[in-house]
Parts: sequence; C-alpha cells; structure tokens
Amino acid sequence: MALRHFGAAAAFALTVGMGVSPALAATEIQWWHAMTGANNDVIVKLANDFNASQSDYKVIPTYKGNYADTMNAGIAAFRAGNAPHIMQVFEVGTATMMAATGAVKPVYKLMVEAGEKFDPKIYLPAITGYYSTSKGEMLSFPFNSSSTVMWVNLDELKKANVEIPKTWPETFAAAKKLHDNGHPTCGFSGSWVTWVNLEQLSAWHNVPLASKANGLDGFDTVLEFNGPVQVRHLEKLVELQKDKTYDYAGRTNTGEGRFTSGECAIYLTSSAFFGNVKAQAKFNFNAVPMPYYPDVKGAPQNSIIGGASLWVMGGKSAEEYKGVAKFLTFLSDTDRQVYIHKASGYLPITKAAYEKAKAEGFYKDQPYLETPLLELTNKEPTENSRGLRLGNMVQLRDVWSEEIEQALAGKKTAKQALDAAVERGNIMLRQFEKTAVK
Amino acid sequence: MQKQAIFQSKLLPYALVAPQLAIVLIFFYWPALQAVIQSFLLQDAFGLSSSFVWFDNYIELFKDAAYFEAIVRTFFFSFAIAVSSLSFALLLAVMADKPLRGSMLYRTLLIWPYAVAPPVVGVLWIFMLHPSLGVLARYLRNMGVDWNPLLDGNQAATLIILAAAWKQISYNFLFFLAGLQAIPKSVFEAAAIDGARPMRRFWTVTFPLLSPTIFFLLVVNIVYAFFDTFGIIDTMTRGGPGTSTVTLVYKVYSDGLLGGNLGSSAAQSVILMVMVIVLTGIQFRFVERKVTY
Repeated sequence: MALRHFGAAAAFALTVGMGVSPALAATEIQWWHAMTGANNDVIVKLANDFNASQSDYKVIPTYKGNYADTMNAGIAAFRAGNAPHIMQVFEVGTATMMAATGAVKPVYKLMVEAGEKFDPKIYLPAITGYYSTSKGEMLSFPFNSSSTVMWVNLDELKKANVEIPKTWPETFAAAKKLHDNGHPTCGFSGSWVTWVNLEQLSAWHNVPLASKANGLDGFDTVLEFNGPVQVRHLEKLVELQKDKTYDYAGRTNTGEGRFTSGECAIYLTSSAFFGNVKAQAKFNFNAVPMPYYPDVKGAPQNSIIGGASLWVMGGKSAEEYKGVAKFLTFLSDTDRQVYIHKASGYLPITKAAYEKAKAEGFYKDQPYLETPLLELTNKEPTENSRGLRLGNMVQLRDVWSEEIEQALAGKKTAKQALDAAVERGNIMLRQFEKTAVK
Repeated sequence: MQKQAIFQSKLLPYALVAPQLAIVLIFFYWPALQAVIQSFLLQDAFGLSSSFVWFDNYIELFKDAAYFEAIVRTFFFSFAIAVSSLSFALLLAVMADKPLRGSMLYRTLLIWPYAVAPPVVGVLWIFMLHPSLGVLARYLRNMGVDWNPLLDGNQAATLIILAAAWKQISYNFLFFLAGLQAIPKSVFEAAAIDGARPMRRFWTVTFPLLSPTIFFLLVVNIVYAFFDTFGIIDTMTRGGPGTSTVTLVYKVYSDGLLGGNLGSSAAQSVILMVMVIVLTGIQFRFVERKVTY
C-alpha cells in the first residue's frame, strides 16, 4: 500500500515538475498523413514551423502508410473513438468522407466557429471545387494537388522527327511514327487507366462522367461515361493496342518506369511524376497538356485534380478546433504555399501563391510544373469538370479497369466494356447510397 | 474402467481446461461470431449507421455471376497451387535426402523462402516478370514472346499460381524431408535386395509411407491457397486483368478493406469459412482412409 502511495506521489511530482515547461500546456493536434520521402520532410517542416510560430498548439504529424492505409487507419481509429484531428485523404476517398456526417467537421464551418479569417475566394476554384459542396462550401482543406499531363521524351521525338502533339489524332500519328522508328513495344502509354482515359477525358471534353454534376450534387448519381466521346477513345486505344502503338501499362503507376527508361516516348500520368522523372530520366523531357479531340465542342475544357486534402475529424473540443483552424490559416499563407509548391512539385492552392511563383520566374526553368495549373484553370469549371464525388471510388476504379482490360484484350468491344462498367458501377453506387448517412 | 480415478473434484478438470477454452473463445469464436453478425448488417465504413438486413448480403452475392466465377477460380487455383508446390517440393526433398556433400547448406537454402511474407513474394516476382518492371519479362519480350500478364488473363493466373506455389515449396520441403528421414533405411535395403529399381522403390515404398505427411500437407496447402494468397494477388495483379485473378479471399479483402463494404465482405468470409470447414471435413472423411499411418 505504502509503495503504491509512493508511486502516485512520484507521478504527481513528476507531472507538476514538468508542468512548468510551457510546451506541455500546448494543445496537441494529431495530423495523420501518407507522405514519404521528400514530401514527408515538407510535412515535418510545416509542423515544426507552425509549432515554433506560437506556443498554444502543437501539431504532431504521423505517417500512417499509403493513402488507403491512412484512410483505413483513420476510420478504424474513429470507430474506436480515437480519431486524429486532421487526416490526409486522397481525392477518391472524398465521397466516403463527405457521406460520414458527424465523423467529419466541414472546414468552412470550422473556420467560422473558430473565428479565423477565411475567404474561400483566395483559393484556386479548380482545386477547391473538388472539395466543396455545390453551394461552394469548402468541406476539406486542399493540401497536395496534381493533375494529368502528357510527359514527352524530347530527344526521342526529335529522333523520329515528331512534333509535340496537341490533339489526340496528332498523338496517335506521333505514336505510329515512334512505333515505326525504334519504339516497337510502345508508341505511347499511361498510368491510372481510368483516371486518365475516363475521368480526365470526360472533364477535358466537357462531357459527364456521371449525373448530378458527377455526383457533387447528391449520392443518387448514375454513371454516364458510355457516351460517344469515351467509346470512341477506348475504341482507338483497343485498335492501337493490337500492334503496341499503344501499350497498356496497368491500373496504377507501376508502368511509369517505361517512360523514364526511354521505352515509351509519350506517357500520360500525374504531374506528381515529376520527382521521379527528374531523378531518373537521362533525356530532355517536358510535360504538356493532355491531348483533346478537336471536333468535340468545348474541348479542351479544364482538367480535374488528383492528390489529397486534409479532413478535420468530428467530436473534438472547441479549443482543439481553434488550433486546427489556426494551422489551416498558417498553411494558406502565400509564402508557405510557394514553398510547398517548390519543394514537393504539387500545385499551390491559392491564387496569390501561383502569381508569386510566376513572378519569380519559377516556370521558366521548369515549365512542366505550370502545365497542370494551366490545364486546371484553362476554362471556368462546368458541371462536368468541377470534380468527382462517387462513393466506393477505389473499388469503382477497379471495376472500370477490369472492363477496360477486357476491351484491350479483345474479349469485349469498347462499347460493351463501357456499358458493363457503367452497369456494374451503378450497382455499387446504389449500395453506397444505402449506407450513406442521410 | 473408472472415470473419476484422477480428479477427485468435478470442477478441477474444468478449471484446468478453462484457460485454453478462454483463449479459443476469445481469439477464434468471438471474431467468427462477429463476422456472422456483421454479415447481417448494412453499415457504412465509419459505423455511423447500421441496419439489420437479414440475408440481403448473401442474396446479393448469389445473384452475382462474378461470385460464382470467383468460386470456380478459387478451386482451380487452390488445386493448381497445392499440386504444383507439393510435387515440386517432393522432388526436391527426395533429391536432398540423398547423401550429398554440402547437403545441409542445400537444405537450408531451400527452406529460406518460407520466411518471406506473401506480399514480398509478389514484389519479388514482379521484379522478374512484370511487363514494365521485370528483368525476365524484358528478356522474353526481346526474344519475341508476347509476354503481357497485364492484359492476358492466363498469363496472369499462371504468374499468381507460380508465385503462390513457390512460396509454399519450402514449407512442404521441410515436412517431406522429415518424413523421408523417418522411413527406416532397412525397408529400402530389403526392397533393393528384392531387386526393385529406384522408381519402383519410390512408388511402392516411399510414397505409401509418406502418405500421412502428404495428406497433412494437402490440407495445409489448400487452406493456404484459400486464405493466404491475397497479399500476392494484391501486389501482383490486383485481381486483373479483367477479373481473371479475383479469388474468394481477394474479394473479401477488396470489398471490405478497399471498398468499405463490410456487410458483403463479412458474408463472404462466413461462406469461405463454411467452405473450408466442409472441405477439411471431406478430406478427413474420405482422403484420410487412403492414408496408411
């Protein structure tokens, strides 16, 4: 008994003793993220800078695995009543997060309640549109955004005497030429097959992927990507796959090495590929806007983003939310956004930061970092190009990929494959609608 | 015979098994029960809303033609994985059992792959055979072989079976070697004196005497192919191309963990559990009769 008293007393003394240091008085803000390598350094630096800038709050970043792992960890933690304050969620998890009313705290509400100065207009609408309701209320805070661009190997193009293509017909012609001139296994290719060839293609040509503004206006959305533009595009890919003028490189980004190794001279993937290209490519390269079909009215429209945003989890105290709001204001600072942009290659999220980087002449040496911004801001976003919000998106993409693969393997026609992808996807959307909190 | 000879108190035996029972209940029956309960619910990923839907999750599954394809595919995969890894391991074990110089080193090297986790196996094979990352794949391409498991379902299936079987070979090898060494040498000598050639000695002496080991490994391998291969599938093909490598356990994983559809995933786990129970039952009821201990 005496011993136990002693232990309690010692613990008490220790707490009191340490309580003198102001660091412990700070309210802790847990930040779960999925960034590795150089991007992890950026996160750590942001947290350290914020912690050094004031003494009331302390942001603690924790790496939780890849995007899906981080999200699953957050969901599991929420179910156990132990969610972090801020969670980085990839763009395809947006609908799941948004459907979880009560589990998340919408950013626009948070900022108002915490009394932080917050003007949604300072952010790039092409980016915030993805994370906002149809009324323009920002639900999550954009953090790292990218878009699809066309990477070109300038040396190989020159060798084959090919101009950088701007439209799809030009791209097909260029790929044929490359194919005949030393690229027998790949004229052109790309990663994230559904993101590039369905989602971005639809936005870029101002045709719907799904009803209700691609799901932004409600979960009772149905898929509509079996229209003429998408079918025609897939038909072309199927045709070119036969002699490997186009060569399918997988559902995710595992095929990107085919660009950096020089095997494919034209490659469509995320602008976030830039770090790897810079480190590995032994040739001159550039990233140019995605090709378009010139006979489709309104094309090119604007592209949509990839990447992730920061979601604020529900059920925390007012004091903690104040700290979170202060941290988001801290991140919105122009200089800080310029820093994030330069250090990670992801897009700046505020207009001011973009202007500043441009004024500094940042894009003169690295024009490929401006390309995704030019695509995103190409035109005022429409119903079809504001963003996507479909439930179970990770799985939806797998189902769509399955059908596209069937078409490319010659087991189904392009039309049959897209019809099946729509039909199977709709069943999953109805399933999601049933479980979404009303 | 006196049944109460050892334990005077009626409670003592129960008290002695209690810890074991508690562990089994907490770690095996409780999760299984949870899965059964979950399979009757429709729930969002965050667990904010859930409703009791009776057998809806099961009915949805049985309406889905893809689910039946996955069942057939799983049986085919399990059979192919079990047969190929068992036969190859047996071949290696018989060879390693011979008095060779450096056989210890040889045996140790053969056992190593077992320590590799399934996803790592997947990655290893990707580095050899992925169409854009693989060393072997590049070689095949240069030879003019149209190697592209990203689009060719049969190639992808072969790849999964190879990788899954490869990983299990070490484990099987270990048991086969132990089994072979437990067979008394005098039996072989007697057979040799009677004039039996090596092949005949193998089929009439070694094989029957190994049958308990083979049977045990058959059960273990089928359970392995059913449950432990999703890591390999996820890293190598993610079920593609098309659905040509979606097995039952991969579907459980992708629907539940990636898709957040916990109800359906739980229903699938329950079906899978029943299937393995039935399969193991059949094996012990019918195959075991052919086994000579």
